[in-house]
Amino acid sequence: MDNQLIAWLLAAAQTALFVGAAPLLAGWTKRVKCHMQNRAAPAVWQPYRDLAKLFRKELVIAENASWLFRATPYVVFSAMLLAAAAIPLVAVDLPTGAIADVIVLVGFFALARFFTALAGMDIGTAFGGMGASREMTIAALAEPAMLMAVFTLSMTAASTNLSAAMGYVLDTGLVLRPSFLFALLGIAMVAVAETGRIPVDNPATHLELTMIHEAMVLEYSGRHLALIEWAGQIKLMIYAVLVVNIFWPWGIAREFTMEALGLGVAAAAAKLMLAMVILVVWETVLAKMRIFRVPEFLGFAFVLSLLGMLTHVVLETGG
Amino acid sequence: MTSLAQLSLFEQAIIVFAALALFSSFVMLAQTRVLPLIYAFAWQGVLLALVTALVAYVSGHPHLYISAALTLALKVFLIPWLLHRLAMQLRIHLEAERIVHPSLLLLAGGGLVIFSYYIALPIVQRSGLATRNTIAVSIAIVLIGMLVMIARKKAVAQVVGFMSIENGLFFAAVVSTYGMPLIVELGVAFDVLVAAILFGVFFFHMRESFDTLDVDQLTRLSEAREPEAPHEASGAAPAGPAR
Amino acid sequence: MHILFLAYAALILSLGSALGAFAPLRRAGFPLLGAAGLAAVAAGGWALLGNVTAVATLPLGLPWLAWHVRLDPLAGFFLLLIGVLVVAASLYAPAYQRGLEHGRSVGTLAPLRIATAVFVAGMYLVALADDAYAFMIAWELMSVSSYVLVVFEHEEPANRRAGFLYLLMAHVGALAILLAFGVLAGFGGGFTFDAMRAAALSPLWATVAFLLALVGFGMKAGIVPLHAWLPEAHPAAPSHISALMSGAMIKMGIYGIVRVSYDLVGQIQWQWGIVLLLAGTASALFGVLYALMQHDLKRLLAYHSIENIGIILMGLGLSMIFLGTGHPVLGTLGLVAALYHTLNHALFKGLLFLGAGAVLHRTHERDLERLGGLIGRMPFTALFFLVGCVAISALPPFNGFVSEWLTFQAALQAPALANGVLRAVIPLTAAVLALAAALAAACFVKAYGVAFLGRARSRHAERAREVPSGMLWAMGLLAGLCLLLGVLPTLVIEALSPVTHLLVGQSLSSASARGWLWLTPVSPQVASYSAPFVAVAIAVVYGVGYWYFKRRAKPVRRAYAWDCGFGALNARMQYTSTAFSQPIRRVFAPAWKLEEHVEAAREPGVLGRARSLHYRVHALDWTWLKGYVPIGALVLAAARRIGRIQTGSIHTYLVYSFVTLLLFLWIIS
Repeated sequence: MDNQLIAWLLAAAQTALFVGAAPLLAGWTKRVKCHMQNRAAPAVWQPYRDLAKLFRKELVIAENASWLFRATPYVVFSAMLLAAAAIPLVAVDLPTGAIADVIVLVGFFALARFFTALAGMDIGTAFGGMGASREMTIAALAEPAMLMAVFTLSMTAASTNLSAAMGYVLDTGLVLRPSFLFALLGIAMVAVAETGRIPVDNPATHLELTMIHEAMVLEYSGRHLALIEWAGQIKLMIYAVLVVNIFWPWGIAREFTMEALGLGVAAAAAKLMLAMVILVVWETVLAKMRIFRVPEFLGFAFVLSLLGMLTHVVLETGG
Repeated sequence: MTSLAQLSLFEQAIIVFAALALFSSFVMLAQTRVLPLIYAFAWQGVLLALVTALVAYVSGHPHLYISAALTLALKVFLIPWLLHRLAMQLRIHLEAERIVHPSLLLLAGGGLVIFSYYIALPIVQRSGLATRNTIAVSIAIVLIGMLVMIARKKAVAQVVGFMSIENGLFFAAVVSTYGMPLIVELGVAFDVLVAAILFGVFFFHMRESFDTLDVDQLTRLSEAREPEAPHEASGAAPAGPAR
Repeated sequence: MHILFLAYAALILSLGSALGAFAPLRRAGFPLLGAAGLAAVAAGGWALLGNVTAVATLPLGLPWLAWHVRLDPLAGFFLLLIGVLVVAASLYAPAYQRGLEHGRSVGTLAPLRIATAVFVAGMYLVALADDAYAFMIAWELMSVSSYVLVVFEHEEPANRRAGFLYLLMAHVGALAILLAFGVLAGFGGGFTFDAMRAAALSPLWATVAFLLALVGFGMKAGIVPLHAWLPEAHPAAPSHISALMSGAMIKMGIYGIVRVSYDLVGQIQWQWGIVLLLAGTASALFGVLYALMQHDLKRLLAYHSIENIGIILMGLGLSMIFLGTGHPVLGTLGLVAALYHTLNHALFKGLLFLGAGAVLHRTHERDLERLGGLIGRMPFTALFFLVGCVAISALPPFNGFVSEWLTFQAALQAPALANGVLRAVIPLTAAVLALAAALAAACFVKAYGVAFLGRARSRHAERAREVPSGMLWAMGLLAGLCLLLGVLPTLVIEALSPVTHLLVGQSLSSASARGWLWLTPVSPQVASYSAPFVAVAIAVVYGVGYWYFKRRAKPVRRAYAWDCGFGALNARMQYTSTAFSQPIRRVFAPAWKLEEHVEAAREPGVLGRARSLHYRVHALDWTWLKGYVPIGALVLAAARRIGRIQTGSIHTYLVYSFVTLLLFLWIIS
């Protein structure tokens, strides 16, 4: 029973670390991006300052916003919190990992997106509707690609549980799997679309006609905005952790000793920082695409994931 | 059923490169611009040469090294260079073709992979080679090459499709029987080269007679069609692609 | 007390509710109907939870062909499902019918009440029937009475047309069912289901029976391409009837497929599973794509019924594939997913139709483009409708998510199959399911966002008020059940185990291997989901956030929404339903035949500026254009040919009779 308690405490600590570190990762990304583009860079903890400021500020709500608009930030944040709890960041086999497998994780994202889109529609301006419409379209196209990649992984690991899948990869050691390669690329493209990064959406834009995610949350202010921004940072981190820890889980702690956990934290930090550098390079060399090119982008992601699944069936399991 | 983890690293690499070759076929299927299409074809040649060399190493058939070198010279450098030069000379290197339903085309490609897996199963079950699973991939490359030829209008895409069919056949020979006799391979390679040159000549003629490289225009050669008002027909027929 | 007495009580009470048609007893009608629903819930729940099977022979029918009834866990499950919806409808209907009475003479509602009574009794009897004869009579009672309900508002030509189409297709379907029973009875030597169960069919004849049953029951369930009547008929009926039709009646098609293939034929072949899986995938995608193009709220919901029937069929198809290839546990998983989704769809679709009815009741509008902002004026309806939207969009922690998740889990077990092509195709169908689920979410963001959020787009919507409490209770009941079934999936799956025991001799005991808190369909290592945890966590975050900020935050200030500095935002500047679905319309353009109309009102003069532009788009159904219309033309042409023998001349007719007589005499001699 004692063991159980320690595991739950560790799980809570890992979730807290996840949620707490998400703004830091966003700050790191911004900093690297500024350096890459020859701009003066803000400090890495700038996102914490922004969040703290937003939490203190007064709420200004559009006149015809309903209760749904005010409830949405909490729903979005709790969905991301749950997703963060379910993902192994520094250690596998934690009890919170059993709350949700990858498909439930996709469900959490869908829940957050559903309410954000409704909140966008709630104000009754064209921006909100435009953002909601675009976001739901993109999500609808991203979902099959995401699921196909998940299928590829789970067919290999015989599990949709993230802990079990990472454990499987660790157990089998380094095996060159074409299916993983394709699935990795597919999932990375989906992650770019889902977290609203270039070339699908621009997180820094406030130009009315090009924004997608920002259009939905345009009317949020104060603590509501803080929660939504924070949730967005957690989401970015979730996708980053998914990509690095599934495809490169080495370093993650498998037993709950001090050394293993310390190594896990260090490995996670290093992998995430590296992943963000890659993302920044990608964002710097690409330009945002027209909205109607996005289906092609996601169609390509789907084909990659599909190829992953097919190569798994054709090449990796034998006749 | 052998698991992937039991194979040696080289055999795993063969499988990865085979999968990437299949991927390059999909790229050819969807790529609308001429030059990237030619590059995709060249990359497929690179992968093919790599696979051949690896198979030569793993299976200990030194004559496959020659095949690999031949592939590298012909399909990675010579033919892509010919096509590239042709595209420059004909000034089509900036043109893009409009594919009507690209996603459906790609899905059809996926369907072809499943189909080739299905038809390759009996062969795979009999073969004892470590690379036997890649037979389905080679059949898929052949079939997707044909799909490229069917679905695309521009003559360059047709040639690339044809060449990738040949790639698939060569690949099938390498992975199923560790290559054809060298003399056959040399003959085929020569044929392909001749075909590439012939296509080049054909392009120039086509360009001169029709002022386009759109193979749909070849229907105008049919005598079954009404000969009346040829000017109108040439003006009205091509709705989609830009000249 | 015998369990069947409860079932009889349900039947008699529902028939008795027809008394409400007579003026002195008007008030008794709906309580009787509600009691019938409760009796059905009790009987079904008893049979299901107690794992009871009871059989009896009724003194009805023909002298040599008595009616057999049987209440087993499968019948109990469907009785329960119908019963819950009947209870909700009986709570909802009194207030709703008052709205229908407007502008009609007293007594015109009598046919509605009688037909409702017969309809409900017919559905009960379908679930209870234990021989082909009683089943067909019950089936016809259900079909014909629902036809009367569809054409109840027969002033509208569209409703009459919908009713005719429905009646026609219902009978083509009934014919196929009759033939399927004919095949089974031919081998079994009797019309009772017991004889059919005992029959030994060759695989070929079993497949014939299965396909006939699939066509027949598929017509009722609305499988693409047999769905044409569904989007026409469901919106035409009064809303509580739509809820019953969409929630319960089309489920009887599923019941028929399950009963015939798992129970009567028994020897499942995996090829059937492929047929069902592909039909289900097509229905799911087709349904949601067409739903996206609708701006009539009830039509939109009707198309979603097609989608959800598709999801149910995918579960059934996976189940049959696994059973046919010798994986009974995985087959059970697919079956559980399908049955769970059947129940869930009944609940949330019933809820959504009742919600649409509430909107219709107060605003007299079904057109989304003329609604908006109802969340402020109909807060409880808006809350319950939101629950329905979240549930049908398969979002945690509601019930729709659990059953779709189980379907995904069943599909994910494809590597267990020996056939590599199936291993590759099943993930593809699952990807289509993911696409359908995501598009459904988009569709319900559209429906809810346009109808309930934003600003009112018409005067009716502006003046709406909350509906009476009876209607709210009905919706609240279903909404509560949606949450309950979403949060406690392990209990539901355990409750379903008698059904799976009956059909495949297995139960999904692995689902609750780690206790009620964790749903682990295959094993805890493979996948797990803790719905109670999720629900509690969301509630806690909301509670803590609310409490924390309530205490220390500054007061909220209301201001104008951002209008780019132009000022004077109005309702017409919002995204409309057509605008919302425009990106999807463009991405999936070949899926529909789109008819676009642009009406421009110009100022006088040759080059007058456009004063207003009105854009409408109408999505025509390809299956209708390419399938039904040519077949209809063919039938008409054939009928015209045959019609030629009708000359109208009495002498010709006499010649026909005379020749026939001669022919018979010649044959007999």
